[in-house]
Amino acid sequence: MKFETPATTNPIDQLKVVGKPTMRIDGSLKTTGTAPYAYERYDVASNQAYGYVVGAAIAKGRIKSINLAAAKAAPGVLAIVTAENAGKLGKGKFNTAKLLGGPEIQHYHQAVAVVVAETFEQARDAAQLVEIDYAREKGFFDLAGARELAKKPEKGKPDSAAGDFASGFSSAQVKLDETYTTPDHAHAMMEPHASIAVWDGDKLNLWTSNQMIDWGKGDLALTLGIDKENVRLISPFIGGGFGGKLFLRSDALLAALGARAAKRPVKVSLPRPLMFNNTTHRPATIQRIRIGANTDGKITAIAHESWSGDLPEGGPETAVNQTRLLYSGADRMTATRLAVLDLPEGNAMRAPGEAPGTMALEIAMDEMAEKLGLDPVEFRIRNDTQVDPEKPERPFSQRQLIECLRIGADRFGWRIRNSQPGKTRDGPWLVGMGVAAAFRDNLVMKSGARVRLDNRGVVTVETDMTDIGTGSYTIIAQTAAEMMGLPLHKVEVRLGDSAFPVSAGSGGQWGANSSTAGVYAACVKLREAVTQKLGFNSADAVFEDGEVRSGNRSASLAEAAGDGLVAEDLMEYGDLDKKYQQSTFGAHFVEVGVDASTAEIRVRRMLAVCAAGRILNPQTARSQVIGAMTMGVGAALMEELAVDKRLGFFVNHDLAGYEVPVHADIPHQEVVFLDETDPISSPMKAKGVGELGICGVGAAVANAIYNATGVRVRNYPITLDKLLERLPEASG
Amino acid sequence: MKSFTYERANSPTEAAAAAARIKGAKFIAGGTNLLDLMKLQIETPMHLIDVNSLALDKIEATPEGGLRIGALVRNTDLAADERVRRDYGLLSRALLAGASGQLRNKATTAGNLLQRTRCPYFYDTNQPCNKRQPGSGCSAIGGFSRQHAVIGSSEACIATHPSDMAIAMRALDALVETVRPDGTTRNIPVAEFHSLPGDTPHIETTLTPGELITAVTLPKPIGGKHIYRKVRDRASYAFALVSVGAIVQPDGTGRVAVGGVAHKPWRSEAAESDLPKGAKAVTEQLLAGARPTSDNAFKVTLVERTLGAVLDEARS
Ligand SMILES: Cc1cc2nc3c(=O)[nH]c(=O)nc-3n(C[C@H](O)[C@H](O)[C@H](O)COP(=O)(O)OP(=O)(O)OC[C@H]3O[C@@H](n4cnc5c(N)ncnc54)[C@H](O)[C@@H]3O)c2cc1C
Ligand code: SF4
Repeated sequence: MKFETPATTNPIDQLKVVGKPTMRIDGSLKTTGTAPYAYERYDVASNQAYGYVVGAAIAKGRIKSINLAAAKAAPGVLAIVTAENAGKLGKGKFNTAKLLGGPEIQHYHQAVAVVVAETFEQARDAAQLVEIDYAREKGFFDLAGARELAKKPEKGKPDSAAGDFASGFSSAQVKLDETYTTPDHAHAMMEPHASIAVWDGDKLNLWTSNQMIDWGKGDLALTLGIDKENVRLISPFIGGGFGGKLFLRSDALLAALGARAAKRPVKVSLPRPLMFNNTTHRPATIQRIRIGANTDGKITAIAHESWSGDLPEGGPETAVNQTRLLYSGADRMTATRLAVLDLPEGNAMRAPGEAPGTMALEIAMDEMAEKLGLDPVEFRIRNDTQVDPEKPERPFSQRQLIECLRIGADRFGWRIRNSQPGKTRDGPWLVGMGVAAAFRDNLVMKSGARVRLDNRGVVTVETDMTDIGTGSYTIIAQTAAEMMGLPLHKVEVRLGDSAFPVSAGSGGQWGANSSTAGVYAACVKLREAVTQKLGFNSADAVFEDGEVRSGNRSASLAEAAGDGLVAEDLMEYGDLDKKYQQSTFGAHFVEVGVDASTAEIRVRRMLAVCAAGRILNPQTARSQVIGAMTMGVGAALMEELAVDKRLGFFVNHDLAGYEVPVHADIPHQEVVFLDETDPISSPMKAKGVGELGICGVGAAVANAIYNATGVRVRNYPITLDKLLERLPEASG
Repeated sequence: MKSFTYERANSPTEAAAAAARIKGAKFIAGGTNLLDLMKLQIETPMHLIDVNSLALDKIEATPEGGLRIGALVRNTDLAADERVRRDYGLLSRALLAGASGQLRNKATTAGNLLQRTRCPYFYDTNQPCNKRQPGSGCSAIGGFSRQHAVIGSSEACIATHPSDMAIAMRALDALVETVRPDGTTRNIPVAEFHSLPGDTPHIETTLTPGELITAVTLPKPIGGKHIYRKVRDRASYAFALVSVGAIVQPDGTGRVAVGGVAHKPWRSEAAESDLPKGAKAVTEQLLAGARPTSDNAFKVTLVERTLGAVLDEARS
């Protein structure tokens, strides 16, 4: 099915199941510990051996020699795979660095060997016995230092412009020109990368933890140099990914290579200390923002430039994207520059681009509002635009940013905020409130599904879509139930298997809308098959309460199924996303307390108001948003991969060193979804929320800290040491 | 992890004797620190002597009016003990500021004193570290050193001792009671228990080979307000950037020990005598000669401001 014109009324609009707050259908599996995660799939093959990954001990250089003698002689060792003995390997389309390094080393903890042994402990012990002699080479590890060498990336759309920024800015009455930095971030999801590989002749079955089954399948085949059809990926449950599992990673490749060498099923999980440097991360940015406005509070000129680094052939963090679309202003420009850094590979993490981009832009907006003497809510409202400011002929499909801001301000009690910073006190706490707009593009992706109706009247959905903790199982079941007129428990959902139709996968917050649209398409076909089989007129057939009715005829779906009916389809998209700008919007409000003596920063309460199309399941959507808000607090206050600029690696490579918020950091969160449908996005009229939720949070926290203390920090994370010297004298 | 042999000790003296006799032997108590280090091969004992079955898990009153805390008393139990909460509130608060509920259930009094640094380079066996591998160099100097020591450090090591409990023990003038392989016992004032790194950062205490901690003794309670203030980036489950443990008497005199700044709990009886003059006066003396790195220079200010807040609280 191709979606080329805006959606009209369709069965989803009944909202009998879709749109209702619904508990996860896989929830009890999770809470009882019976959801099968990749590393625990003892059931899928007997005789599983364990692989342990050896990570490179240097950041850049070459392996001069490897001595495997001691490791090979260690108890229980079955095989050791290195680049030397692995055979010819390709490189995945989505990988920048090789997943098995050697002799060239491209980054710290790049995998250089996998040791396979009978037990995990034996493999780990033997891995320590692999002796590698390295020749170090000089690398670039410091973004600030490499900034001058940064180039315009060849791919994508690094730059944009409209009007004449230089002259617009120079003639503006009020100006801001500031630079902001965001550090490297780790996904730090709970479940590490893990895979079990089982070869069956030249066919490979891989139980893994991967957000994008088809990408992983393709890249595994490409890397191994085998036919894509000979690879099957199975990933029904994923313990978080945040973008860290979008791509094939070393666990999968090394499990496959280890299993081939050991002639046994082999499982590999990345140990936590390896994850931070072995896998991908969100790259650090330096962002310069200039805003010019007139005293009436209207932006006349806006520019956003961003610098980030990556390995050769890597990509930039697209931190300027939201600035092309978020606020009006005739004279504008954006530019993205990329430096070569020899740190581990940068890549997508939750809301790539917009998450760090809004962290900077939305502080700049706060600063500008203050310069103009305007309330920051009002300043944003004054600069709203209903069209793409770079291409005014393109309207937004839906844009309720003003509503988000107004409703949020009202619910949060914004009017009691003292616009004078540093003036509100609650015992030892300096208290402040901050606001930021949230913005994230809505992407639509081709997505397929197969639906089967059986003689119990049960519909089973099969798609390679993944559930990374987001609630995909549930919204897909809701979609099929709505389409087929069934209660939720009459739908079964099977996900994450490359034997199923290729879906949109989970990434870029496109998963919910795109994958359910694919299920919608398949269900439309199944409805036709049902009516055709029954000889009903499909045009007026009603699917309701497990029955199909047409005129005065009716039949149960179970009857209609007979020996079973199967339908498969995929949803594809025309050019509506070219004619219209599709984005999601929100407003974050945060109250913080800053200890007047120690400068410890604690969030006191948070509110997000989101306008993101139809909310398919308010309960799982809320979970997405509060999780994203939590992650945004982490980015604001503590998350930073500390770069050792001499040695070239992320030093704090475990969860003791890389701090993310704990429960005590997140006292009170509220989420409001505006009632919205977006017929431009898909027949579901939905969009994404999982990434919208993180965009702007960091800046709202930063702005609240400023309001509390009068200290403006432009370098994340905002840790107490950045405030301490600038706070008023303490007593004692 | 290296293969190791294992035994359960039957008596403290036997345990100490076995530890001295068997090459590469180490005691294991709660295991919350040692096992992590063994998995990463930072510690590679060849023999483990499990001390958990020794009857060292009691908290008893001493004839001097203090408390004798068995080496195996769990952090949770120690923090919850009625006498500790009443008379040594500082200790209870310091314990509860550390780790998490699950860890405190396992962690023991002796193990807590002997936990090792959280320097990230110490944890990465690819990197030089004098503490892990004597003579290999110190990666933290010139590297990422936000958590590290600002005082008492050396050219060989700038690590901190991460224990919260030890700060309270230092302020309370606790004694570490031990038994040696020859069966003799001694009491080591906690002030002398932990060492500064000097040229030998791998030597962290004044314990001799095989010496087993049997108890920690607290002298008679001294009254006063007991305050433990731990400052960190997140609200819980993190090691201190700095921590201040203080006992303040109604007349403004008292004691202060500081954590997160040195290789051992940091206290200066001379600096303390300035407590009635306020935080600035005390900190100037306490941290005189501090040599912070550019990453952690803020700790000096932070100690002063935190102590200020503690004194405010004590007066209120
Ligand atoms: C995630 C995490 C967070 C933490 N956070 C904090 C924190 O915020 N604050 C804090 O203070 N601590 C913290 N800790 C450390 C924790 O307090 C220690 O791990 C614990 O106290 C160690 O006690 P244990 O009994 O488990 O020691 P073990 O691991 O069993 O032993 C530690 C050392 O002591 C030796 N030992 C044990 N008993 C004796 C004895 N009787 N005589 C001689 N030697 C002995 C062992 O040989 C070993 O060298 C944290 C730990 C973890 C894992
Ligand atoms: S500070 Fe100490 S523990 Fe850290 S690297 Fe240097 S020597 Fe090792």
